[in-house]
Amino acid sequence: MILEAARTLVARDLRLALRQKSDVGTALLFFVIVASLFPLGIGAEPDRLRSIAPGVIWVSALLSTLLSLRRLFEGDYADGTLEQILLGAAPLPVAVAAKTAAHWLVAGLPLVLIAPLIALQYDVAASLYGVLALSLLLGTPVLSIIGAIGAALTLGLRGGGVLLALLVLPLYVPVLVMGAGAVEMAAAGLDPAGQLLLLAALLIVAAVFAPWAIATALRISSE
Amino acid sequence: MLEATELECQRGGRTLFRKLSFTLRNGESLRVAGPNGSGKTSLLRILCGLAVPAQGEVRWNREPVASLREDYARQLVYIGHAAALKDELTPRENLDFACRLAGRQAKDEALRWALSSLAVPDLPARKLSQGQRRRAALARLLLAGMMPLWLLDEPFAALDTAAAGYVEELIGRHLQAGGSVVYTTHQPCALDEAAQVVQL
Repeated sequence: MILEAARTLVARDLRLALRQKSDVGTALLFFVIVASLFPLGIGAEPDRLRSIAPGVIWVSALLSTLLSLRRLFEGDYADGTLEQILLGAAPLPVAVAAKTAAHWLVAGLPLVLIAPLIALQYDVAASLYGVLALSLLLGTPVLSIIGAIGAALTLGLRGGGVLLALLVLPLYVPVLVMGAGAVEMAAAGLDPAGQLLLLAALLIVAAVFAPWAIATALRISSE
Repeated sequence: MLEATELECQRGGRTLFRKLSFTLRNGESLRVAGPNGSGKTSLLRILCGLAVPAQGEVRWNREPVASLREDYARQLVYIGHAAALKDELTPRENLDFACRLAGRQAKDEALRWALSSLAVPDLPARKLSQGQRRRAALARLLLAGMMPLWLLDEPFAALDTAAAGYVEELIGRHLQAGGSVVYTTHQPCALDEAAQVVQL
């Protein structure tokens, strides 16, 4: 029954995302535009572009995730659905884990898929696409999970958006360092496995412990 | 059996009520009365476990609800001030989701029957009027017969007399079947005669 509740929440959030496509599109478009601005500002020197590509793509992914985080609980909070989720038959950590997973499917996974296209703009070697996509595949769920804690804490606050950014961005630093680092190492001809494994470890730790933190934060801020 | 002992509620540094105690047995109803801002919704949120009282305790069958959590949540239906409807979904999808969230699966015919009993049209919830939204939220009651405790915040607000009468009838049937109901309302209704009253 617990899995059934989780499946229900994921299915509903995906259906909602499909019916308000503009919300989903905005964050993705934001990612593409931010990542495309750098070559325009810095100039089209291939060597420089190639060296900044991993960092730029990762920072853009970070900002794009941040943009979509407000949506995670805000809508349910405003229309009273959050109360029903809090009173649901499934334990709250399971419900928030399901909502966070849905957030990643809608906001994180598209970034992973479109990143090679951005890498093309930066003339990144085709052999690095795999590492880039893999680092994002492991890293973006962590962004969603950590972001969900921030979104739950700032729920219902005035000016919560700015506070959310201040709260969450510093916590994103390890993910950024490891994610971009993996791609840079691969570009330098080194083995990126270490960085990727660290990212995977971070993902596992976050996925196991964060649901309780998110649930507690939600209980406090919805009271 | 729902017991509240010496409840105290504070909102924004102001005490809304204190030393509030009552016992609600199976088949009994309780009306929470009081002017706007007197803490009716806060009391209901405390009773269903969404909020924690500053003092006192709520017990369900002698167990504190704070420790029961989902086990308590599975026994109750709470219809709050907000209708808990998603604008993008139809009333049927909303109702289906609400049932699944509460750990029950309703068949498609049951969903249709519940919504047509309250004359809710099959449009996206965004296009419904206030009264229709209220009806769509209350349709959950038709599929919640086996839940022993109903907590209803202003169930009759925005309803026309026919719908209000129908909801009263539903509540009456639930009480006869041994369920308990706590409700707030500003309109006098037929249920008030039998109900205990808490005046805030």
